[in-house]
Amino acid sequence: MKLNYRIVIFALAIVFGIVFSVPSLLQTENGKKITLGLDLQGGLHMLLGVKTEEAIKSRIKSIAASVKHFADREDILIENLTFDDESVSFEVLDSDDMPSVEEFAKKIEGATISKNGNVVTISFTPEEKKKIEQHAIEQAIETIRNRLDQFGLSEPIVAKQGKEKILVELAGIKTPQEEQRARELISRAAKLELMAVDEDRNARVYNMSDADAAEYGDIILPDAKNSQIKYLVKEIPILDGSMLTNANVGFDQNNRPVINFKLNAEGADIFGDFTGKNVGKRLAIVLDGKVFSAPNINERIGGGAGQISGNYTVLEAKDLAIALRSGALLAPIYMMEKRSVGPSLGADSIKASLVALIGGFVLVIIFMVVYYRMAGVIANIALIANLFILLAVMSLFGATLTLPGMAGIVLTVGMAVDANVIINERIRELLREGKSAKKAIEEGYSNAMSAILDANITTLIAAVVLYVYGTGAIKGFAITMSIGILASMLTAILGTHGIYQMLEDRIAKSRNYRYWFGIKG
Amino acid sequence: MEFFKYNKTYNFMGKSKIAMILSIVLVLASWAILATKGLNYGIDFAGGTIVQVKYDKKAPIDAMRERLKADKLFENASITEFGSPDEVVIRMKTSSANVTKDIGDVVREALKGTGNFEIRRVDIVGPKVGNELKEKGLMSLFLAIAGILIYVAFRFEWRFAVASIVALVHDVSISMGAVALFSVDVNLDVLAAILTLLGYSLNDTIIVFDRIREGVTKSKGADLAAIINESITRTLARTTLTSLTTFFVVFTLFMFGGEIIHAFAFTLLVGIIVGTYSSIFVASPILLLFGFDVKKYHAKLAEKAKREAEKERMRAQFESGVM
Repeated sequence: MKLNYRIVIFALAIVFGIVFSVPSLLQTENGKKITLGLDLQGGLHMLLGVKTEEAIKSRIKSIAASVKHFADREDILIENLTFDDESVSFEVLDSDDMPSVEEFAKKIEGATISKNGNVVTISFTPEEKKKIEQHAIEQAIETIRNRLDQFGLSEPIVAKQGKEKILVELAGIKTPQEEQRARELISRAAKLELMAVDEDRNARVYNMSDADAAEYGDIILPDAKNSQIKYLVKEIPILDGSMLTNANVGFDQNNRPVINFKLNAEGADIFGDFTGKNVGKRLAIVLDGKVFSAPNINERIGGGAGQISGNYTVLEAKDLAIALRSGALLAPIYMMEKRSVGPSLGADSIKASLVALIGGFVLVIIFMVVYYRMAGVIANIALIANLFILLAVMSLFGATLTLPGMAGIVLTVGMAVDANVIINERIRELLREGKSAKKAIEEGYSNAMSAILDANITTLIAAVVLYVYGTGAIKGFAITMSIGILASMLTAILGTHGIYQMLEDRIAKSRNYRYWFGIKG
Repeated sequence: MEFFKYNKTYNFMGKSKIAMILSIVLVLASWAILATKGLNYGIDFAGGTIVQVKYDKKAPIDAMRERLKADKLFENASITEFGSPDEVVIRMKTSSANVTKDIGDVVREALKGTGNFEIRRVDIVGPKVGNELKEKGLMSLFLAIAGILIYVAFRFEWRFAVASIVALVHDVSISMGAVALFSVDVNLDVLAAILTLLGYSLNDTIIVFDRIREGVTKSKGADLAAIINESITRTLARTTLTSLTTFFVVFTLFMFGGEIIHAFAFTLLVGIIVGTYSSIFVASPILLLFGFDVKKYHAKLAEKAKREAEKERMRAQFESGVM
C-alpha cells in the first residue's frame, strides 16, 4: 500500500462530503442545510400579474378630478368633462381662458395636451404610461412583501419575475384555510377613503342611476354588510389611505373587533377642518369601494384618529389592519399561475422517491459487485462518495431539493457508475491482451478519458440548458444532475484511480484477475 | 462475470438493413400517432387546473361527479382516480385568475359532505404562462440539440454530428410517439425527461463513435464496416451495463416513485431502451451510409501530420537561423 496524491484528494473529498452533508441528513440545529422545495415540504407558489391598465385609469381619473377642481377655483367655465381609459377631455367655453388652462395642463407630470378648437384632450406620453405601469408593479411587490412579512410565516419570498410578473412563494402553509387567508391578504386592494355623504340628495339614492349621481359629482356606494343599502357620497374623497400612519386592532364597547387608525399631520388637519365645518352631517368610511360605516359628525374631531367597525372576526380584523398599514395596491392583481401542495402530499413524495432512490441504489451496487468483483466494490465506494459530495455541495449552496431534483439524484446513481464501467472495460481489454496489471490500469484510465469527458460534457450541456430555461421544480432536476455529473468526475475518475494506484502492487502480485476485475483468468 | 465473448466480433453492420427498416417503421408510426392522436398536453403547456383530492377511504367518485357537475364551472372537467382508489384528480382546461377565491376553494365547498377529504394539490396555470412555458420548452429543446451538435462537430467530424442528429431525432420521435400512444400527460417533467434523454442517448452514441474514431486512426485497412463492428463489439459490454444500471434506477422510479413522477419515469424508460438501440443500430450505420471514407480520413490525418512536421522543421530552421 502506498499513498498517492489522488487518494489524498479523494479522502479529503469524502471527509468534505460527510462533514457538510451531516446537517442535512441528521437535521442538526446548526450548519447549512438543503432546503426542501415547495413540492416536498408543502406550500404555495404563485405567479401574479398586475392589471397595470387600472393604474393608468386611476391616474386619468385623478387628472379629471384636478381639472374640475382647477376650473372651480379659477372660475373657468368648462363643459363635457369626460374621461376614458386613456385620456381626459373637456371643452373650454371662453377661449380667453385657454392660456391659463394650457398652463395648468402643462404642469401635469408626463401629460401631453392636444387641442381641437376649444376641446382640450389630456393624455399620457408613452414613457409616462410605462413609468406608471412599472411603478404599479414595483409598488405591488413592495406592498405584498410588507403584508406577508407581518403575516407570520417564515421567510416568504416575493420577487419580480421577468418584466411584469410577481413571484410569491410561501413555504410551510399547513391548511387550505391558512392558504386562503394568505391569498386574501395579498390581493386585498386596501384602499381607504373618507368621503362626505351628500346629505342634500342622499334620501333619493334608491331612485338614482350612476349617471344621475355623476351629474352632482357624486357616486353611489353599497354598504359593506348589506349591499342593498346604498349611500350617495361625494366622488372626490376628503382624504385617503395614503395619509394613514398606523392601523391596529382594538375593541368597541360591545367587545367587537374594530380597527383604529391614525392619520398624519396633514391628514389630521384636513380631517379636523372637514369635521368642524360639517357637524350634523355624516362621514362615510369607505374601504375598497364599500361603506363600512357612516357615523354622524357630532363635533370637530382633532388629532386625526378614527375607527373602522365592521362585522369581522379578530383574525379578519388583524389581516385588514396589516393590509391598511402596508398601504393600498395601486392596481389590482390577478393569478397567472398557482401551485399549492399540501404537506402530506409532500411527505408522500419524499417517501416514494426515497424508496426509489434506495431501491435503485441497492440494485446498482449489487450488480456492480457481481459483474466486476473488487473493481465493482471500488466503483461502489466512488458512487457512495459521489452521493455524499452531492448532498454536501447542495447543503453548502443552500440549494433547494425538489421532487424532480430527487429524480435527478436517482438518475445520477445510475449514470455515475458509467465512468467506472468504461474504465473497467478498458482495463479488462488490456489485461486480456496480456498487459501487466499496472500497465493495464494506467492505460485503461488514459484510453477511457476522452470518451468519459465527451459523454459527461454532452449530458452537462443538456442539464445547463434545462437550468436556464426550466422553471421552478425542474430547475432542481438540472441542479442535482449537474452537481452529480461533476462530482462523478472527481470520484469515479480521480478517486478510483487513486485506489487502484494504492493497490496495484497487490493486484500485480496476486495476478488473480477474476477476483480483482471479474474476468476469467 | 462477462456478458459477451471477448474474442468474437459481432457483425452488427450485417444486420443494419433489418434494423434500418425497423427504425423507419417505428419512427413513421410514431409520427403518425403524433399527427393523428397528438400529444396530450397537460396544464403546464395547455393551461388549466388540476385539483388532487385524497379521502380517508375509497373516494366516492360518482358522488363527486354529481356534486361537481352541478356547477357549470366543472362542465368539462375530467374526474379520475390517481394512483390509489383513495385519491382523485380533477382536471380542467379552464383556469381562474381570481386570487382571493380559486377553483381549489370552489372544489372544497362543492365536495363538502362527501366524506373526509383533504385537498392535497391545486395547480392552476393561466393561458399566458402556459404559452410562455411552451415557447421556453421548445427553445430549450432546440438549444440543447444545437449545443450538443456544435460540441460533437467540434470534437469529431461533421458526418458524426449528422449521424448523431439522426439518432437523436429517432430517439425523441419514438419516445414522444410512446408518450402520445399511452396518453401520458405532457408537462414540464416530460420535457425534462426528453432533454435528459437527449444527453443520455448522445452519451451512448459518443462512446461508440469515440471507439470508431480510435479504430479508424489505428487501423491499416479501409473497411469501415469492419471497424464499426469491431468498435461496437468492444463497447458492447459498457453500453449494456450502463444502460442496465440506468434502467434499474429509472425502473424503480417508475415502480415506486409515486404517481407524480410517473410520466417522467415512463418517458425515460422508453428513451433508455430506444437510445441504447439507436447508438448501435442507427447512428453507426449512418456513418456508412454517408460514405465516411477511411482512406480519405487517413490521408487527411497523414496530411495534417505532414503539415505539422513541416511547420516544426521550418520553425527549427528559423530558430537555428536566427541564433
